[in-house]
Amino acid sequence: MTRTLFPVLTVLFGILVIWFLAVAPMNIRVTLDQAARAGGDVVPTEAVERRNASTLSLLLNNKSYIAGGYDLDRPRLPTPTQVGQELWKTTGAMILKGRTWSKRSLIYHGWITLQSTFWGFLLGTSVGILGAVLVVKSRVLEMSLVPWAIISQAVPIVALAPMIIVLSSQAGIDGRGFPKALISSYLCFFPVMVGMIKGLRAPNAEQLDLLKTYSASGQQQFLKLRVPASLPYLFTSLKIGVAAALVGAIVGELPTGAISGLGARILIGDQFGTPLAIWSALFAAAILAGVLVTLLDRTQHVLLRKMGMRT
Amino acid sequence: MTAETVIKAENLSLTFQTNDGPVHALKDVSLDIKKGDFVSFIGPSGCGKTTFLRCMADLETPTAGDITVNGVSPHEARRSRAYGYVFQHAGLYPWRTIGRNVRLPLEIMGYPTAEQDERIKRVLELVDLAGFEKKFPWQLSGGMQQRASIARALAFDADILLMDEPFGALDEIVRDHLNEQLLKLWAKTQKTICFVTHSIPEAVYLSTKIVVMSPRPGRISDVIECPLPAERPLDIRDTQEFLDVAHRVREGLRAGHSYD
Repeated sequence: MTRTLFPVLTVLFGILVIWFLAVAPMNIRVTLDQAARAGGDVVPTEAVERRNASTLSLLLNNKSYIAGGYDLDRPRLPTPTQVGQELWKTTGAMILKGRTWSKRSLIYHGWITLQSTFWGFLLGTSVGILGAVLVVKSRVLEMSLVPWAIISQAVPIVALAPMIIVLSSQAGIDGRGFPKALISSYLCFFPVMVGMIKGLRAPNAEQLDLLKTYSASGQQQFLKLRVPASLPYLFTSLKIGVAAALVGAIVGELPTGAISGLGARILIGDQFGTPLAIWSALFAAAILAGVLVTLLDRTQHVLLRKMGMRT
Repeated sequence: MTAETVIKAENLSLTFQTNDGPVHALKDVSLDIKKGDFVSFIGPSGCGKTTFLRCMADLETPTAGDITVNGVSPHEARRSRAYGYVFQHAGLYPWRTIGRNVRLPLEIMGYPTAEQDERIKRVLELVDLAGFEKKFPWQLSGGMQQRASIARALAFDADILLMDEPFGALDEIVRDHLNEQLLKLWAKTQKTICFVTHSIPEAVYLSTKIVVMSPRPGRISDVIECPLPAERPLDIRDTQEFLDVAHRVREGLRAGHSYD
């Protein structure tokens, strides 16, 4: 754990530095526009001329205004501190005020998204594993199922999501829970299926021949060899799958007119021009994904250790 | 010397169809193996010794000729679990402890749990691995892993033991030790053993019968009855008798090669 901590923190630090430096050029135009409107001394003075000037020349000619770009209410690119403050305001501070489940709390929205992610992950994983089992069991099913699974991933989910919602409401399913889970599982099943096909085929010829010499049945071969051999592959694909399920859940919230969930926060932030809301929702989603993947990683570690594997 | 025939091959041939044309892995191979024999198959790569063993085990299907194991077809012999097979690599399942690896065939064959426990204990003692039941394969040396895989093949009541270069990947010191143990095991269990090897001293030291094979097409070029006594300490390999047999095996191998 400590061995991986240092490189991770180094990269994180690097990203923060780049991010911080990028704030000045990204926000300079907004800052100058605001300053000009307030009667400040801006070079060039005309808005049209500023539009045609390069970002670099604007920065160099208006050095005194650069600092202002780090403290805007509606910045093009907020600073890391602004995002951090907004995150705290919508999570920790909410808890302290006893408003954890308020509509302004990201914990509430995160919980909504997490539920869709969970159901989508469950459905996607089941479909993925079942698909892999069928494909490994039967050559005919392999030839008929695998191409469709691949094609399914070539269809942009953003295009498919509204149709899923329309069709599921037409089918008489109330609420957004089910279509969201369905969209989420659509992204999730594929990595699980691919990983499990590989895992169930992992046993080598010698391991298979051994069971043949015992005259073992197909079911015994499956349960005593293929399933245990596939477990390391399963966990690797579950980790990819759960991240995909989260993305699917967020995508599922975008075109549905949802008002709760991290995806809805991102969309509303965009529509109302509050970039801080978008950025904090984005980070909440990233943190959520990190937590989910870490949980699965720990489970994998413990389970494979128990199975005598060196992890 | 009228022991019953356990394995009988008559004009056995096996041809693989490849993109480069047919490959004659075995051609007109005939051999009788008697109960209690220790038969070694020796020859260069591609001489069909492993293929022959795999035919006995019903892991390959011959394209011509006849072969019987215990008087029935290899398929029926396999269904009735007539043999234990030891592979070149120990092939232990890494997620099972040594004890549970030995339990695998017993589980599959449906032995009652109490009997499984008793058999595991007995065969692990037989290969000197008592006390290693709870270890995982990676915690054992290569030689110990191979002994565990022999224990696994001995756990159920098969009279025939088919061994495909079981000690090929081990160093010579470990190999000597395992050869000595294998002879003791054979004396104790009275099994019929078919043993594929690359090593002349190993073949001479272990066998009652040495089958020399040569490639392209895979065939038997000599069958040598080994005159050494049943009781064989390791230093028997320095006796003139031993060297004479080894010499004859070497001659047989050379004759096979000159065919090219």
